[in-house]
Amino acid sequence: MKAVVVENVVKSYGSKKDLVEALKGISFEVDRGELFGIIGPDGAGKTSLFRILTTLLLADSGKATIDEYDVVKDFKAIRQRVGYMPGRFSLYQDLTVEENLEFFATTFNTTIRENYALIKDIYSQIEPFKDRRAGKLSGGMKQKLALSCALIHRPSVLFLDEPTTGVDAVSRKEFWDMLQNLKRSGITILVSTPYMDEANLCDRIALLQEGKLLSINTPAGVIGNFKQPLYAAKGSRMLQLLNELKTFKEVKDAYPFGEYHHVVFHDEAGVPPVASYFGASGVEMFPVTPGIEDCFMDLMKTNE
Amino acid sequence: MNNDTIISVEGLTKRFGDFTAVDSISFQVGKGEIFGFLGANGAGKTTAMRMLCGLSMPTSGKASVAGFDIYKQTEEIKRNIGYMSQKFSLYEDLTVRENIRFYAGIYGKTNSFIKEKTAFVLKQLHLEKDADKLVRSLPLGWKQKLAFSVAIFHEPQIVFLDEPTGGVDPVTRREFWNMIYKAAEDGITVFVTTHYMDEAEYCDRVSIMVDGRIDALDTPSGLKSNLKASSMDEVFLMLARKAKRTGD
Repeated sequence: MKAVVVENVVKSYGSKKDLVEALKGISFEVDRGELFGIIGPDGAGKTSLFRILTTLLLADSGKATIDEYDVVKDFKAIRQRVGYMPGRFSLYQDLTVEENLEFFATTFNTTIRENYALIKDIYSQIEPFKDRRAGKLSGGMKQKLALSCALIHRPSVLFLDEPTTGVDAVSRKEFWDMLQNLKRSGITILVSTPYMDEANLCDRIALLQEGKLLSINTPAGVIGNFKQPLYAAKGSRMLQLLNELKTFKEVKDAYPFGEYHHVVFHDEAGVPPVASYFGASGVEMFPVTPGIEDCFMDLMKTNE
Repeated sequence: MNNDTIISVEGLTKRFGDFTAVDSISFQVGKGEIFGFLGANGAGKTTAMRMLCGLSMPTSGKASVAGFDIYKQTEEIKRNIGYMSQKFSLYEDLTVRENIRFYAGIYGKTNSFIKEKTAFVLKQLHLEKDADKLVRSLPLGWKQKLAFSVAIFHEPQIVFLDEPTGGVDPVTRREFWNMIYKAAEDGITVFVTTHYMDEAEYCDRVSIMVDGRIDALDTPSGLKSNLKASSMDEVFLMLARKAKRTGD
């Protein structure tokens, strides 16, 4: 049994004049117990997709099921089975930490005690502040409370919409550690993120751009499909180097990548002439393994 | 302070009650520099930036921005800087042209200046055909590039960018940095915060705030070699992990 099945889902907003096509017919499946990442920038359609799958929004066309329940017909059953942490903090600011958690537990006819084991790792970190109002928590603590509330009814599938957006590098790492622990308890997790580097922490990823899926694969699979030679280059004048690289017909693409520029060649034959030209002027150049971000950009440009 | 220094900060401190948000920071930024202002959530970046923009009074310390004192000349500072953030940028229900006109008008630019420069900016952004479309209907990446052009439309001496590329796709993120480079070449000083560590590499110098203090300030390569780190990501994690404060 698949945890999530999405078939040709289409969603658009607005009238004819300024029509926005948020999802242009997307399909994918998620296995039970999988940690599945939807990777894409803002405006790619991530939130629309999550809201359709959590029965909060109706698709224009297409079909989707969660644990074989239909998102339209069986919406009540699905609401019992899924946990949803929206991108915007949406707990009750004027209730305390404990009151929020209790509220969500009661709504689902359960108690904090009954499912404490599931949330213990996360909730115990904020439990010392259980009498504090949610509105007075720090960003990281709010995030932990929201995750606890989304889990308190022991959902079968958990939807996390951009849980790490605007979060600094240290807190992001902590959050992903929590997700890996949750995965071990057997919950299926769908998580969306605009951060390409987080893709490697998922079992499989779907790359989403302007309402279309560019690729669905394991992170290693996505990288394996990047067949062109990729090199890193560094010189004393980086901006000038970039412009010069782009003038070579052997170079398919060149773009800044942190300390280095990344250079995509059409094929291996194109590498030696370019490498020897720049080598002569003291530019450091060596082959590198592509990352998800390289793949995403390549797929984006191919799809344009 | 020499003539090429455009931001000069000494012992700048801000307390809220008994909480010290910014704890005696000192640094200088040179004219035309791209200065990366990094730190974990809650480290005090926004509070520091608000003081430099003349929006918040310091508790103690000294600072001058574009030659103006941050205690006494806040209005002069506001006229001489540009500001853009991921959250606040443009009016969604105004058109591209109306947004430009609105902001340029606030800065008191003449009609002829606005007309001439609007044409130039629209051309640069390849937005000529979309000039009369509502900003709401533009893709996020275009919005952010337009927002940056609007923030420097009045030709400020310094532009403050608060996480300008958050959530933006990787191609547009790089186009955005291209615009930053061009602005710096034109002599505009760029003061920028980001959560993307690869972008820290694009800065001339980077400061890293931890618990209200500046724990490190150097060129990206200097920071890496001092801390024996292989990437800025590593540098950031090494410093930010020492933080006692959590979240924002």
